[in-house]
Amino acid sequence: MKDGQGNRLLVGKLVLLTLGMFAFGYALVPLYDVFCEVTGIGDRTGTPTAATYLPTEADLDRVVEIEFVASVNQGAPWEFRPAVSRMQVHPGKLYQTTFFARNTASDELVGQAVPSVAPGQANRYFQKTECFCFTEQRFEAGEGRDMPVVFFIDPELPDHLETVTLSYTFFAQDRVAAR
Amino acid sequence: MSSVTTTQDHHDDHHPTGLKRWLTTTNHKDIGTLYLVFSLTMFLFGGSMALVIRAELFQPGLQLVDPGFFNQMTTMHALIMVFGAIMPAFVGLANWMVPLMVGAPDMALPRLNNWSFWILPMAFTLLGMTLLFPGGAPAAGWTMYPPLVLQTGDAFPFLIFAVHLMGISSVLGAINIIVTIMNMRAPGMGLLKMPLFVWTWLITAYLLILVMPVLAGAVTMLLTDKYFGTSFFLAAGGGDPVMFQHIFWFFGHPEVYIMILPAFGVVSQIIPTFSRKPLFGYDSMVYATASIAFLSFIVWAHHMFTVGMPLAGQLFFMFSTMLIAVPTGVKVFNWVATMWKGAMTFETPMLFALAFVFLFTIGGFSGLMLAIAPADMQYHDTYFVVAHFHYVLVPGAAFAIMAAVYYWLPKWTGYMYNETLGKLHFWLSAISVNVTFFPQHFVGLAGMPRRIPDYATQFTDFNAISSVGAFVFGFSQLLFAYIIWSCARGGQKATDQVWEGADGLEWTVPSPAPHHTFDTPPVIK
Repeated sequence: MKDGQGNRLLVGKLVLLTLGMFAFGYALVPLYDVFCEVTGIGDRTGTPTAATYLPTEADLDRVVEIEFVASVNQGAPWEFRPAVSRMQVHPGKLYQTTFFARNTASDELVGQAVPSVAPGQANRYFQKTECFCFTEQRFEAGEGRDMPVVFFIDPELPDHLETVTLSYTFFAQDRVAAR
Repeated sequence: MSSVTTTQDHHDDHHPTGLKRWLTTTNHKDIGTLYLVFSLTMFLFGGSMALVIRAELFQPGLQLVDPGFFNQMTTMHALIMVFGAIMPAFVGLANWMVPLMVGAPDMALPRLNNWSFWILPMAFTLLGMTLLFPGGAPAAGWTMYPPLVLQTGDAFPFLIFAVHLMGISSVLGAINIIVTIMNMRAPGMGLLKMPLFVWTWLITAYLLILVMPVLAGAVTMLLTDKYFGTSFFLAAGGGDPVMFQHIFWFFGHPEVYIMILPAFGVVSQIIPTFSRKPLFGYDSMVYATASIAFLSFIVWAHHMFTVGMPLAGQLFFMFSTMLIAVPTGVKVFNWVATMWKGAMTFETPMLFALAFVFLFTIGGFSGLMLAIAPADMQYHDTYFVVAHFHYVLVPGAAFAIMAAVYYWLPKWTGYMYNETLGKLHFWLSAISVNVTFFPQHFVGLAGMPRRIPDYATQFTDFNAISSVGAFVFGFSQLLFAYIIWSCARGGQKATDQVWEGADGLEWTVPSPAPHHTFDTPPVIK
């Protein structure tokens, strides 16, 4: 019957549309990145990858408080804490601090720290020239060590920001290591 | 369709009876009834969960349930109301009414229709049984944001597969509705002659096909993140939890229009009937509906202004969201203009439709307030948001469903419902829904967060009022169930036209509508 054919054709198109939209859902994952890259909005990676340089002049009149926070992802077997919980810094001057991590598990672990800066506005002004978060960290069973971060605050940091928090979450890196 | 012969009239009249009739039925009226009864059951089930929430929030502090169970209640209430009550109710209305309104003998794909209904009880059994699990039901909110939702215990895969089944059911239902509307209209019924309820459903069905698969993709990513080592949303593996919110709300915002466009359609049928005037601005209603559907795809990030979006993004989503007020305003003004100088009467369906126009507009205005990105930083995740979306979903979508049920119930059962009880149900519902949700605007603006079982003591009075309203509203719905039940059992016989001002093909068939209608297509002037 002619009518049945018409129905089958339309059903076929609609089923294709459904499958297409399912695929589109997955395509959104890379598409969002592409969109942010093309338009330059989003700032998903935090700082631009261009070389950071230390300003020649430190702003000694201004004091910014930096807070350090360390946390461990979902029951991963780490002991993880900052050496100092806060520092007073001058923008434009280089500082160093350390975070201590210890593997409390009974076998070797690889960990990766993921940094986050709060408030988000301060993100692009918080420059890390050296950081343990840049690489994966390998720990023997029970091993603990201090890991350095070297950073400075860009003097362009907006005036109303008086406190900046740098937090690290330490992930047990079985998934990344497996990749 | 023009050469319809009498050979088509030999329908199988040896119906199975009892349970088997309902399990195997392919009749659009039976399936419509199944959908509607199912959604009423889910409405009462999900509503009782809301009463657990309101009972706990009657006073500050923790009284009745532990916080974990409270979270399960907020999550399950939302999932059940969205996917189990409102969406199936509209699909049920579409099943019953779309073939009658376009003059088709049945839905285009009757067996698929049976299947798309019977998937739903399975989905909600999967979801509901998690309440009995040792770790309890899903408790991370119906929005299922990672990483929190990935901490769900054994209930997690059940949640995901239940969502998959709900999605399959909706998409199959949507395909069926589109094919019926596109291919089975009576001769002479051009697209711009279709009743508005049919139009809104056609557009809603396309929305369903466009976004339910995206939700299916998003929850599949959650599933593989938890069990199969992918890292779509896990920062540890290079993923991004915010990505989930983007994908979810790409589904989620069209989803809220899926729940409201058919309500617009229902109200656009009822107001002309009881104003005894044709709908004002029919064409503009169609175009407004289509515009709302289009705009729903470019506003999703207004649900996530606080994730740290760039200014350009905030501005775009703020303005695009506000733009939706324009076509929505067109609709509201058209309804008001339809009533203008009409010979209005106020039977129960009209009362619900009028309350819809008034109270939905309040929900729309609070939505405009939430669209203001800088202000949203204050409102985000507070009870103001809860008040906003309950205003558009309860006196919005749910009232439209109730209006539709009262409007078409005589056609379905052949009897008039009890008008006195219907009006009592309306006034109890309309007053208590405002008592419940209006104070939530105030506590929300003052900073009371949503989804938390305890609150600061200054919010006590408004919460107590809100809880009282919720209990009155909840128990009033038992009256609704009784009215439907008693109307199905008997009462004053309904005429074919039922309502004096009613116009449309569905009123040309006898009341109750016989099992088979329009075996010979009607001719549209």
